[in-house]
Parts: sequence; structure tokens; C-alpha cells
Amino acid sequence: MSVISLQRKNLETDMNHETSAATQPAKAAPAAVTTVAEVPAKATNSAISDRAAKNRQLISAFFQWLLPPLFGLMLFTAIWALISYQSEGLPGPIPTWHAAVELFSDPFYNNGPNDMGIGWNILNSLERVGLGFGMAAVLGIPLGFIIGRFAFASRMAAPIIGMLRPVSPLAWLPIGLLVFKAADPAAIWVIFISAIWPMIINTAVGVSKVPEDYMNVARVLKLSEWKIATRILFPFVLPYMMTGVRLSIGVAWLVIVAAEMLTGGIGIGFWVWDEWNNLNVEHIIIAIFVVGIVGLLLEQMLIMIARRFSYE
Amino acid sequence: MEKIIQEKYVQLENVNMTFVTRKGTFEALRGIDLNIREGEFVSVIGHSGCGKSTVLNLIAGLLQPTSGLLFCAGREIDGPGPERAVVFQNHSLLPWLTCNENVYLAVERVFGKNENKAQLRARTKAALDLVGLGHAADKRPNEISGGMKQRVGIARALAMEPKVLLLDEPFGALDALTRAHLQDELMSIMAKSGCTAVMVTHDVDEAVLLSDRIVMMTNGPAATIGEILPVALPRPRKRLELAENAEYNHLRSEVLKFLYERHAKKAA
Repeated sequence: MSVISLQRKNLETDMNHETSAATQPAKAAPAAVTTVAEVPAKATNSAISDRAAKNRQLISAFFQWLLPPLFGLMLFTAIWALISYQSEGLPGPIPTWHAAVELFSDPFYNNGPNDMGIGWNILNSLERVGLGFGMAAVLGIPLGFIIGRFAFASRMAAPIIGMLRPVSPLAWLPIGLLVFKAADPAAIWVIFISAIWPMIINTAVGVSKVPEDYMNVARVLKLSEWKIATRILFPFVLPYMMTGVRLSIGVAWLVIVAAEMLTGGIGIGFWVWDEWNNLNVEHIIIAIFVVGIVGLLLEQMLIMIARRFSYE
Repeated sequence: MEKIIQEKYVQLENVNMTFVTRKGTFEALRGIDLNIREGEFVSVIGHSGCGKSTVLNLIAGLLQPTSGLLFCAGREIDGPGPERAVVFQNHSLLPWLTCNENVYLAVERVFGKNENKAQLRARTKAALDLVGLGHAADKRPNEISGGMKQRVGIARALAMEPKVLLLDEPFGALDALTRAHLQDELMSIMAKSGCTAVMVTHDVDEAVLLSDRIVMMTNGPAATIGEILPVALPRPRKRLELAENAEYNHLRSEVLKFLYERHAKKAA
């Protein structure tokens, strides 16, 4: 026998095998049943293809959502790599990545106050921002309510806010150092004074925008000032207030790096300055990314909270 | 004395209203005199801009007259209060509260001092049931239709058990079918409660159907009461029967003649 015939034989047995496999269920079941059984089989088939189509749609939507930012980041990294290739001191993406991996492999080491892990530095900065921002919120939001609610208070506050708001946050640092006689409270003070304005202003704007109709309801019902505040003003103003809070926390996080550079201590800002003194440029670039990513996370967190409290 | 108060339950005496705006003064109302009996349903009708809503806001106490006097149940009106409940044109429900909570806010304010929470809740439920919205009590205003919102507004006002119910174009924003339905409901509710009511409207049929008297206003500026038309149709009134009723059609054409012949508004 030739090789060809052998192959044909194999082929035939294969084919036989296939056909027998296909006809087996038909043989096993009576003919009438198979025709009935075909209908649900078709239905499940179409359901499967529906699901497949939906999955395909989801996957394509996912890629459409993912691809543009991915391309953006790639382009950014490429430009960075190009510039670092041309420039002498600036490290490129790859050495920075290696430095970052090394840095983040042990973020919470502690070799005394001058040499602590990046994690400690971030947490210390966040603590300062939290304290300064928290105090600004505690004072600024009620102030905003009062300014928005009473025309006299609004006119009274207008020149002070108008004058103090445009002052650069760091101009307040010497006052803080003078009053508190220590670096850390002075940094918190700078955060406080720069974060308070957006919260006062946005809250006041919200209160002044409460529709006349709602206030008329309050007047007809003769609601107490407390009920007006809790049942009408607060729910209406909440979205405005959250905008103020978001802007404030953005400003606070912007200012912390500069404030810490000047005051020293443990924190991401001073860490940047320290690494500059050590000429550790990779770490400075990492710090920039860290500051950016933490800021982004703070913002996203507040957007989520704002959505949670929205009544619409 | 009692009798005088019943006859002049709501009293407007030579009321003038001048608004001071940035562009100067605007005389909205001049020399308004009106007495409303206890339990009477009075409509105020006129072209837009004739100051009919101003009249209502003055009775509500939301506005202070430039000169003149306003009384309600023998006492001078010096500010808004729950004894003169208002059904606002755009319902004015608080969007962050459910229908139930919107009504409860009013009930709690008026009866909270003397009644416990269970009683207040019962009042709230009764008011929502009265307007046929018991099932929607836990929905927010943006989850229900315009007609339902307006019904909650009426429930809120009635739950306060006001001396006078003030309605500011209550059905103006609704479609014709919903409006007719709510008018019928309002008629039966008012018959049950016996409450005094003042309604601002620009709908002639609505005015004739619902009112005991129709106050017809001249055009502004310096608008005043042109004529007062008594509507002596027997109650309960049925919309379909009235459509063929000679008296009804006569009253209807009286109002139309006033509005479109004697005090026609020039095209804006």
C-alpha cells in the first residue's frame, strides 16, 4: 500500500468518526422529539450569540475608553525620553522607573528623622493638609452660610475676602512662623489660609442662589432659622459646597510642597528639596508623579462623595 | 362682630402696590377693595402682567402693600403664615425630600407643638390620601409627574388646615386633561373642607367652574378691579352638564367679553 492510500484511509475513518458523532444524538432520540428539541436549542444559540455581541460591544467600549489616555501617556513618555536623551542631567523614563521600584519596595523604613521612606513622607504631608484643610472647612463652611444668608454679613465680608484671597499662600508663612514660633503649625496655617477661600465663596454663592420659591415656602410655613438651614439651605447648597471643598483640597495639595520646602521636616515637599540637595533627580521626578497621583486620588474621592450626596 | 368677620373674612382696603426697581418705580396695583366671605371660592382673572399674582402675594403676606390695609379673620396681615397656605404655580416642593417629607415639614410646623409624631404622621398620610397620592408617598418630586407634584403641593397646603387657601395659577403648567382632572378633584376637596380660597388664573373655564365669584382685573400698570362677577351655579358642579348649561355659557361669555372687548391687551 502506498502512503497516499494510507492517508486516505485515515481520512475516511476520521470522516466516519465525525459523522457518527453528529448523528448519534439524532439516533438516540426519536425523530419527533428532535424537531421539538431544536427550538429551544436555537433559542439558546441566539441567546449565546446575543451575549457574545454584547460582550464584543463591551470590549470595544472598554478599549475606546482606555486607548486615548493610554496613547496620551505613551506620547508623554516618548517626549520625556526624547528630552532626557538630549539633555544631560535629566533622567529618562527607564532609570526613573528603576529608581521608583527601588523606592517603593520599602516605603516605610525609618533611619531617623532625616531618612524615612517615601510612604512616611506622603503620610506626613497628607496629615498637614488634612489638619489645615479640616480647620478651614470647619470655619469656612459656616462662614459661607452666614455670608450667603445675610446681606449685611456679605457686604461686611466682601472687602476682606476680595483683598486677602489673591494673596499668594506663601506670603502667610512668616506670619505663621511669628505667631506659632514653630515650622509645623506654620505650614498647617498656610494650608488653612489658602484652602478657606474657595469654601467660603462657593458656599456663600450656593446659599445666595437658593430659589426664591423655596424661601417662600419657608416664609409661608414660618420655619425656624434652624429648619431653614437644615431642610432647605443645606441640601440645596451641598453641591456648591462640594465644589468648594474640591477646589480647596486642590489648592491645599498644591501649596503643601512649597510650604514644606520652606519649613523642612518630614513631608513630600521637603523630601523634594532634600533630593535636590543630593542631586537625586530621579527621585524629584518620582515626587512630581507622586504629588500628581495623590492629588488625582483626592479629587476622585471627593467627586465620589459629592455624587453620594447628590439628591438628583 | 362674628357676622362681620364671616362676611369680610379676607378684606382688602384701598390697597396700592408700587415696586421700586432699578429702572424706577412701577405702580402695579391701585385702589384694590375686596371682601371675601368665609368659605367662599374667589378667582382673580386678568391678562398676564395685570398684577393678579401680586394680589395673592399680598394676601399671603409675602409682599407688603405700599399703602392700604389687609385683614384676614379680623386680624391685620403682617407677614406670611401657615394660616394662609399657598399652592405655588411651580409646586415648589423641596426636591431632596420625598412627598411624605414635604408634607410632613408643613404638618410638623403647624401641629408639632401640640401633637405627637404618630398624630403628625397620620395627618400627613391623610393629606396625601386626600389627593390620591398615598402610593407615591416615598417618591421624590422628580420621580412623579407634573400633575402629581401639584397635587402634593395642594396636599401640603391643605394639611396645614389653613383659614385661607391661596392658589397661584395652580394648574397653569399642566396639560388640559390633567388640569380638568385636578380641577374636579379640587372642587370635591374644597366642598369637603369648606375652606376659603383665592385662586389666581388666566383660564376662563377654570374660573367659572370653580368660583363663587370672579374678580376681573383691568390691565396694568396701576391695575385695579374692573368688575366682580357672581357665579350662582348650584354645587356640586359637573363639568359635562355645565357645558350645555345656558347660565354657565352666559357667565363664560361675560368673562370673555371683559377680557377681550373691554380690556383687550394689545399684542405684546
